Amino acid sequence: MSTLHSRRAAKVMLTPSVLLLLAWMVIPLGMTLYFSTLRYNLLMPGATPFVGFENYYWFFKDPAFGVSVLNTLILVGGVLITTVVGGVLLALLLEQPIFGKGVARILVISPFFVMPTVSALVWKNMFFNPVNGLFAYVAKLFGFPPFDFLAHAPLFSVIVIVAWQWLPFAALIFITSLQSLDSDQIEASEIDGASKFQRFIYIVVPHLTRAMTVVVLIQTIFLLGIFAELLVTTGGGPGVASTNLTFLVYVRSLLQFDVGAGAAGGIVAVILANIVAFFLIRIIGKNLEA
Amino acid sequence: MARQVTNRYRVLVTLAAWCVALTLSFPIIWTLLTSFKTEIEAVASPPKFFSFDWTIENYFIVQERSDYFHHFWNSVVIAIGSTLLALVIAIPAAWSMAFVPGRRTKDILMWMLSTKMMPAVGVLIPIYLLCKDFGLLDSRIALVTILMLMNLPIVIWMLFTYLKEIPGEILEAARMDGANLKNEILYVLVPMAVPGIASTLLLNVILSWNESFWTLNLTGANAAPLTAFIVSYSSPEGLFYAKLSAASIMAIAPILILGWFSQKQLVRGLTFGAVK
Amino acid sequence: MFQKLTKSSGMTALALSVLAGAGAGTLQAETLTIATVNNADMIIMQELSPKWEKKTGNKLNWVILEENVLRQRVTTDIATNGGTYDIITIGAYEAPLWGKNNWLVSLDDFDSSYNYDDIFPTVRNGLTADGHLYAVPFYAESSFTFYRKDLFKAAGLTMPANPTWTQIEEFAAKLHKPDQEQYGICLRGKAGWGDNMAVFGTMVNAFGGRWFDMNWNPELDSPEWLNALTFYTDIVQKYGAPGTPNNGHNENRAMFASGKCAIWVDATSAAGYIYNPKESSVADVTGFASAPSEVSEKGNGWFWAWALSVPKSSKNEDVAKDFLAWATSEEYINLVGEEKGWVAAPPGTRKSTYANSDYINAAPFAKTVQKQILSADPANPSAKPVPYTGVQFVAIPEFQGIGTYVGQMVSASLAGTMSPSEVLKASQNYARQEMTRSGYIK
Repeated sequence: MSTLHSRRAAKVMLTPSVLLLLAWMVIPLGMTLYFSTLRYNLLMPGATPFVGFENYYWFFKDPAFGVSVLNTLILVGGVLITTVVGGVLLALLLEQPIFGKGVARILVISPFFVMPTVSALVWKNMFFNPVNGLFAYVAKLFGFPPFDFLAHAPLFSVIVIVAWQWLPFAALIFITSLQSLDSDQIEASEIDGASKFQRFIYIVVPHLTRAMTVVVLIQTIFLLGIFAELLVTTGGGPGVASTNLTFLVYVRSLLQFDVGAGAAGGIVAVILANIVAFFLIRIIGKNLEA
Repeated sequence: MARQVTNRYRVLVTLAAWCVALTLSFPIIWTLLTSFKTEIEAVASPPKFFSFDWTIENYFIVQERSDYFHHFWNSVVIAIGSTLLALVIAIPAAWSMAFVPGRRTKDILMWMLSTKMMPAVGVLIPIYLLCKDFGLLDSRIALVTILMLMNLPIVIWMLFTYLKEIPGEILEAARMDGANLKNEILYVLVPMAVPGIASTLLLNVILSWNESFWTLNLTGANAAPLTAFIVSYSSPEGLFYAKLSAASIMAIAPILILGWFSQKQLVRGLTFGAVK
Repeated sequence: MFQKLTKSSGMTALALSVLAGAGAGTLQAETLTIATVNNADMIIMQELSPKWEKKTGNKLNWVILEENVLRQRVTTDIATNGGTYDIITIGAYEAPLWGKNNWLVSLDDFDSSYNYDDIFPTVRNGLTADGHLYAVPFYAESSFTFYRKDLFKAAGLTMPANPTWTQIEEFAAKLHKPDQEQYGICLRGKAGWGDNMAVFGTMVNAFGGRWFDMNWNPELDSPEWLNALTFYTDIVQKYGAPGTPNNGHNENRAMFASGKCAIWVDATSAAGYIYNPKESSVADVTGFASAPSEVSEKGNGWFWAWALSVPKSSKNEDVAKDFLAWATSEEYINLVGEEKGWVAAPPGTRKSTYANSDYINAAPFAKTVQKQILSADPANPSAKPVPYTGVQFVAIPEFQGIGTYVGQMVSASLAGTMSPSEVLKASQNYARQEMTRSGYIK
């Protein structure tokens, strides 16, 4: 169907997007790369001497670096597992013949519309707060001392908040996917005497694999950069217990104003993100082959 | 899945679904309730669910402190502006990748997605300096542009996967009838792609509305959207749960309502090529 | 707005039309953008500012942020010459440093009615660099000890006028009743050089420690620091309010005001709030004592001033100065006194406030606060000699980075995820590294 004419047209039509994204990637990244080789602290105006790889040296030497990489992986992994498993279960539940399905579905997807700063503030103050929070009240009701979530389980708390926001997204995609499930196949399997569980494992799960890869890909893109939730709740702490790579870069460049070190961290984060992306896209790219 | 179900099963799953639905949305419901309490009642122990003196005072206090409608309007302009701009740029790109795929189409698509992996904090200072040099700090133009670029890969991808489902024969038929490229896109493709475009639009308005890194760091007062409005409530002045709740509800209500009304649209298009 | 639009002619017509519809603003008098902290006194300033707007015809756009976020935004903007704000709120740490950097407009030329000599010399000096005043004080504070007279009486305890930290711990132990939501002591714990490091910095001074020796070698691994951090961790974990590692000034103030803390060591500026029966349920049962000391009485109470300043990048310098002269004047303090009650008047900046019988009568803490502020000696903060000035901070640009790092580590100690000695070892390494990189240590 593609004539020479339409090929050329296609190229022309693709160009603006490619150029824009290329600029969006190359210009700031180039500047960051340049800054990462300077001794550049915002608080100390004047000369910004070239220091080579010194900033990288200090960034790698910082014990917080290893911790933050690990925390990033735990955060992404924790939220992905919760939302994929929870999302499938939710989608299955919402596809059952329930009364008031429309309203129930609206309630379920609502958290996705809440902006991260709001959900973090609400969770931090009205639920996790060990003095006035609801969880503290419930704990006291059962005679337990209130648990200080943000101090003693900071990563877990952040995972809860983020998973709460992304669970509806996963559920939505799975619902869409379930709706295209071939009902003939299900009926045939019923006649064959397959149990509900067998049906789930051999028909539903394979059908959902593509949807799962989509959920994983999109969420990973957003989860690698979790920031607002940390800023509002734990501030990356206590210590660096909930600092992910993004937050570490933030601390270096915008709390300590060491732009050089922050830029080095930013470059490291970009490289690591691209490694993740490389594997992810290879795995998923295959799955999405039409 | 039209199968015979017993009433008992129906009641059971209904109960279960509603329990789950209420649990998941509880934080929002609780925030809504708290926004109508006095500050003292907001921290009352045991917590009060409905038996309190309902008041809308908090909403007025919040409005007095920060002009809600100014921030609201900024949010609207930034979210819708960036999404429309992204659509204008993305539709041709998605069309060309869907209907005239080359050897590299897949690579280009994946490369586009990978630009989203760039952590925003790492490039804040460069972007800040660029915005300053162009005189665009605290301006809606800067935010519209940046959020457009942030979301462009997702927009292209969503449209691409949607357009790919449209059978090529229809286009060829149109071409046989003598339609040129412009008409082909305008009169054949666009109408068929409306559901996909609509849900793309919705998803990206939501993402832009809630974006809270660039919107916070590149704005002062003039262009500050609702994400900035809510941040001034991030630590208490005395008791503040009721005011925080009111401000939260004000910040999320518009997009929540939009989301509710358009959830069917959203579901239809949120396939990302996953349905097969 | 119009100028900005024309500059970016590269944008598509679509975006332009959307934006132009939105940007049809007013073109009359000047509009100033002011960035400030969400502390109670600033919220009052915002509430009263329409009076100035009405008088001058100008308009203010408020950006009100939490302290750490404010500091980040304002610093980014001023250091890159961004020009987003016309008026900024900065403290005694930033004003002299930024003044020296030539980032701030000097404020020596307000007309005579402003009465510079009325400002306390300590406060004025703290905001001056190279003989120029770079920020005008909105309120100033030291730190001292709040305690609940009723609880002390019921338990048969007496708070001495000059307590030690050891005594404070004994009191806190006796008054800690978590099952009744009554906590022995509320202290800041949230990471940040202006948050937990303010309290902990004065604690280090009281325990006889210092940040640097005379050759700028950090002393964070000294026994004094270890004693102080061990004490801080201990008292917070045993008798502190739950959630302390995430609590800053505002959180503690809310808890103390709602009667949940027996003792609270924090800013003197909070007294106006705590003694205000409209805001606080413990207004009539709160007593105060000086900031706790331990082995040393030097630097046991901090010194801080929140001040307003105009960045060089502001396009509305004159109007901004006019607002500053209004918001930090005697007239403004009187206005707050009349409109919001004298107890809420911004404290610690002007002699006239403390000569005003209305204020003295309404604020039982006034004389003590005045004494604490005047006796704070930023040049002499520790028992040992130091090469720097600043009580709870070190007035060098490198301190912001070091203080942020140490504050983060200290919060880990409070939460129990790291031991005090681990924390101090890491902090010492970091401080040494930073001081070496910036050439203090040869």
